[in-house]
Amino acid sequence: MSRQAPEDVSVRIRRLRARAHRAELLRKPLTLASRGAGRLDLSDRVSRGWSTLPRPARWAALALIAAGCYALPNFHPPLINTPGSDFASVLFFPVAVYVLVAIGLNIVVGQAGLLDLGYVAFFAIGAYSMAELGTKSHWNFWEVLPVGVVFAAASGVILGAPTLRLRGDYLAIVTLGFGEIIHRVANNLNSIGGPRGITNIPHPPNINTAVIHFRFGVLDPKPYYWLLLTIIIVVIAAVRRLERSRVGRAWTAIREDEDAAELMGVPTFKFKLWAFAIGATIGGLAGVCFASKVISITPDNFVFQFSILFLAAVVLGGSGNLPGVIVGAVVVGYLPERFRSFQTTRYLWFGAALVVMMVFRPQGLLPARRRQAELRDVAIASGATTGALGAEVPGEDLFEGGDR
Amino acid sequence: MAKTARRSRQLMAVAGAAAVLLAACSSSSKSSSSAAGSSAAAGGSSGNCSATIGFFGALTGDNAALGINEQDGIKLAIDQFQKANAACKVSLTPYDSAGDPAQAPALAQKAATDKSVIAIIGPAFSGESKVADPIFESATLPNVTVSATNPSLGKNGWKYWHRAVGTDNSQGPAAAQYIETFAKKAAVLDDGSEYGKGIADIVRSTFKTDAKVTVTDSESVDPKATDFSSTVNNIKANAPDAVFFGGYYQAGGILAKQLADAGIKATFVGPDGVEDPGFIKAAGAAAEGAILLAPGTPADKIPADFATAYKTLNGQDPGLYSVEAYDAANAVLSGIKAGNVTRDAMETFLGTVDYKGLSVEVKFVSGTNELAGAVTIWASTVTGGKIVSKQPLTITG
Amino acid sequence: MHFSNLIHQFWSLSFDGLNVGAIYALIALGYTLVYGVLRLINFAHSEVFMVGTFGALFATQWMGIPPAALPHRGLAIVVILVGAGLVAMVFSGATALVLERVAYRPLRRRGASRLAALISAIGASLFLQELFAKWRGRNPERFPRIMKKEHLATVLKADIRSDKVIIIVTAVVMMIALDRFVNLTRLGRGIRAVAQDPETAALMGVNIDRVITTTFLVGGLMAGVAGVLYMLYAETTVYNVGFLPGIKAFTAAVLGGIGNLRGALLGGLLLGVIENYGGAVFGAQWKDVTAFVVLVVVLMFRPNGLLGERLGRARV
Repeated sequence: MSRQAPEDVSVRIRRLRARAHRAELLRKPLTLASRGAGRLDLSDRVSRGWSTLPRPARWAALALIAAGCYALPNFHPPLINTPGSDFASVLFFPVAVYVLVAIGLNIVVGQAGLLDLGYVAFFAIGAYSMAELGTKSHWNFWEVLPVGVVFAAASGVILGAPTLRLRGDYLAIVTLGFGEIIHRVANNLNSIGGPRGITNIPHPPNINTAVIHFRFGVLDPKPYYWLLLTIIIVVIAAVRRLERSRVGRAWTAIREDEDAAELMGVPTFKFKLWAFAIGATIGGLAGVCFASKVISITPDNFVFQFSILFLAAVVLGGSGNLPGVIVGAVVVGYLPERFRSFQTTRYLWFGAALVVMMVFRPQGLLPARRRQAELRDVAIASGATTGALGAEVPGEDLFEGGDR
Repeated sequence: MAKTARRSRQLMAVAGAAAVLLAACSSSSKSSSSAAGSSAAAGGSSGNCSATIGFFGALTGDNAALGINEQDGIKLAIDQFQKANAACKVSLTPYDSAGDPAQAPALAQKAATDKSVIAIIGPAFSGESKVADPIFESATLPNVTVSATNPSLGKNGWKYWHRAVGTDNSQGPAAAQYIETFAKKAAVLDDGSEYGKGIADIVRSTFKTDAKVTVTDSESVDPKATDFSSTVNNIKANAPDAVFFGGYYQAGGILAKQLADAGIKATFVGPDGVEDPGFIKAAGAAAEGAILLAPGTPADKIPADFATAYKTLNGQDPGLYSVEAYDAANAVLSGIKAGNVTRDAMETFLGTVDYKGLSVEVKFVSGTNELAGAVTIWASTVTGGKIVSKQPLTITG
Repeated sequence: MHFSNLIHQFWSLSFDGLNVGAIYALIALGYTLVYGVLRLINFAHSEVFMVGTFGALFATQWMGIPPAALPHRGLAIVVILVGAGLVAMVFSGATALVLERVAYRPLRRRGASRLAALISAIGASLFLQELFAKWRGRNPERFPRIMKKEHLATVLKADIRSDKVIIIVTAVVMMIALDRFVNLTRLGRGIRAVAQDPETAALMGVNIDRVITTTFLVGGLMAGVAGVLYMLYAETTVYNVGFLPGIKAFTAAVLGGIGNLRGALLGGLLLGVIENYGGAVFGAQWKDVTAFVVLVVVLMFRPNGLLGERLGRARV
């Protein structure tokens, strides 16, 4: 994909532009990152503040937050409470489920920089595993969990193996196609219920220990919520370890410049496949939990819109930033439930909010610090005629990322 | 003993109230009152008689007319009840499932956890019944459906579920045998839903057993699609005399239209899900001559004063299952009037209720909770752009 | 697997495939044009099409034709179709312009990433859908039957129906017109220049903003035509009518070679035919799966699509 323009002219233009941008940058340091300077400062301050906290203080803060989350369904805080639907039920689905899904999708999109528009497929595979094995083979939740997760991981590998060689938008399209295929196959195969879906999915077995008594039934969503919250905490810890390991660093390298990473000896394909598989695993995990609560699933629970919702959660929150995507998922899951009084128009506001967010704060609510630096460099380098959107130069795939 | 006495008092009370109301509503001398004459004073226990009834069904979406018919019938029943019993406060909480089984569980959860709701009329569709009823069961919330006809619903051993309508075990064979009277070849299609596929499968197996009609095509279609050309092409190639579609009116209408547009001359036959003016709207001229069946009163057989009262209150004409829902609501209301204002009390009441409504005698077989009493399947045709009832069918074998 | 279906109905399936494929092709033009110029997948283009269908519906309402009206004859048909078509084009074109101005241009100015633009597109798509759902309700609306769908001929068992012929012919004519526009006019050259190399084009004095606006507009106009043709065929519309045709049209654009106009036509027609064959062999409900499998397979083995070349026709 070589350039056709005269080399020297365009290079000179670029240098001129770069100089102009640098000058502008000196005058208004925060211009390029965001107009909302105040908000940027806040998230920046928070992340800086966090990193300066001593370790024990950090653990204490995390424990406090976790305790708060556990206690949440027992109180119905007036501002946060959801009128019109059961608060504890909403906390489980969509909020907690979306959080888990967003963490998984963040690995694919945010960490490894692979745009996935069909993520709901993994969610569906986990849910259908729970449904099938639970109803036909009468396995219980804990037995199905590893199997469902393995199925989802396998499907991640099956999807990824032939398609991860594609780049950018093409990968997005293929994942979109895959998501749709899964949805329609679920709809067409009568052996797994067809459009009628699967009902009577068993609940997890009740937990009766000295400390906790959990009755997993239809009416009380709280035990489900606490179970899922525990799973989320475990997954967060695991993902954190991953981010800081060799695998995480490889992902960062792939995301920032795949060719360079390949040249430096990083086996990019293998790590991309890992990202897909791990992302799929987490998606499947969320699906298994979801199915065991709602006790009946139909293919319409896994339509394309959900893939977009999940992606929006990741991007709105701050792709590549774990706390960011959690916030994003909470916003995406919670807001339509909170503003139920706009029931018929909630997706209207939501769609508008997406556009507005992308216009005014595309790096997300809690951007990763490295991403902001990326944005500045790239904006300088590529000029601002068509912006990054029209860049002809290959390798300028500007996908967000960077861990904290 | 006391129960029988109580029941007959309730019946007389309701009969009296109904007679008074019907007399008040109808101006001309129509002999439509099904309630017996004696307007005994509304006796009854002096207990609390305020409660909330829920309606669960499609109020929006492609096939909303079927749910709206029922809801409006219930509204009429409650309205009349309130007028006759000002001391009792009965309200209706609608739960709009849009006919979508994916949305039904969350909605059912909502109804289940709302302690003030002591009975549900619905769910209207079989698909949503399948997923919502387990939740009602866990919450011990009594529910009475007047239109969910899939037979398998009764095989779950649900205690709190009651069905005040015939099942597809009657409707299916009726449809098949009707087709056998004029067709040698038939295509049997369904929309993949719990209800649609259920009744289509029964039709298919009846054809197989009776061996009078050859099934040329057997397919599931996607009810949300707008283009059935693949299916239409397949059917055209085999030229059947009749096409049976198990599903609801919106998809049925579009399918009928596309069949006609392709030049297929087969008679379109649809079950109760298709029997709605919406079918004619969606099919246009192609609806003419279609045969529709239902285990409920066709629109033109609905008693006139009911229709007038209904239209005055709701602003539109009653349709299929309006009367049945009205009857079921009245049965529940009679229970509320007698002081059964908790879920358990209502459940007990429903176990022994015997309420003679305009169209349905609301009484359930103990153990199965299905409708006790004979089932009538009405056949109608679309003539001159309207659904015109023909005759009730008898099923052989 | 019913190969017998495929063999017996081959020509009928092919002709019907061309019919629906023509509509996909017109929508695909919008995707391919915008991608060629901006490297952006305009997700909201499916809603541009949806707005076009509503435009056609409104046109008939303004002309005083109720949904249950009897079909017209002769010149009236042409007048109604052209009138509805023009209104649909205006609606779609306007939507495309607003979309560009509100959802994409600010992002371009700020140097946002492609992912952000994609999300913005998705948000805009959702917004437009819900806007129409709020305005018109979620129930399908009927379009009057403008002409009798006359069975003109049977060629090798294919039902050559009048409306299908009109659709295919119109789509091809619009495609030729677009091709002339892009190749012969100044604006068209500008589009090709920006698709090839935006910076050099800017250097050469091409007004980038105007070109991008034109691109969106033209794509929108094509979607408007697709809208009125769709209404002629399906006679119904609803707030989310654009979703599936949008994805399939996008598949078509990729199949033909995204960024390539003739590829969009080829891809559209081909996709329509292939999915019909798939529906015949595997069963009607597998028709859509066939389309998506085509997408995945093409991308795996020939990601540049069948015709491969870009709008600028200057890729190495």
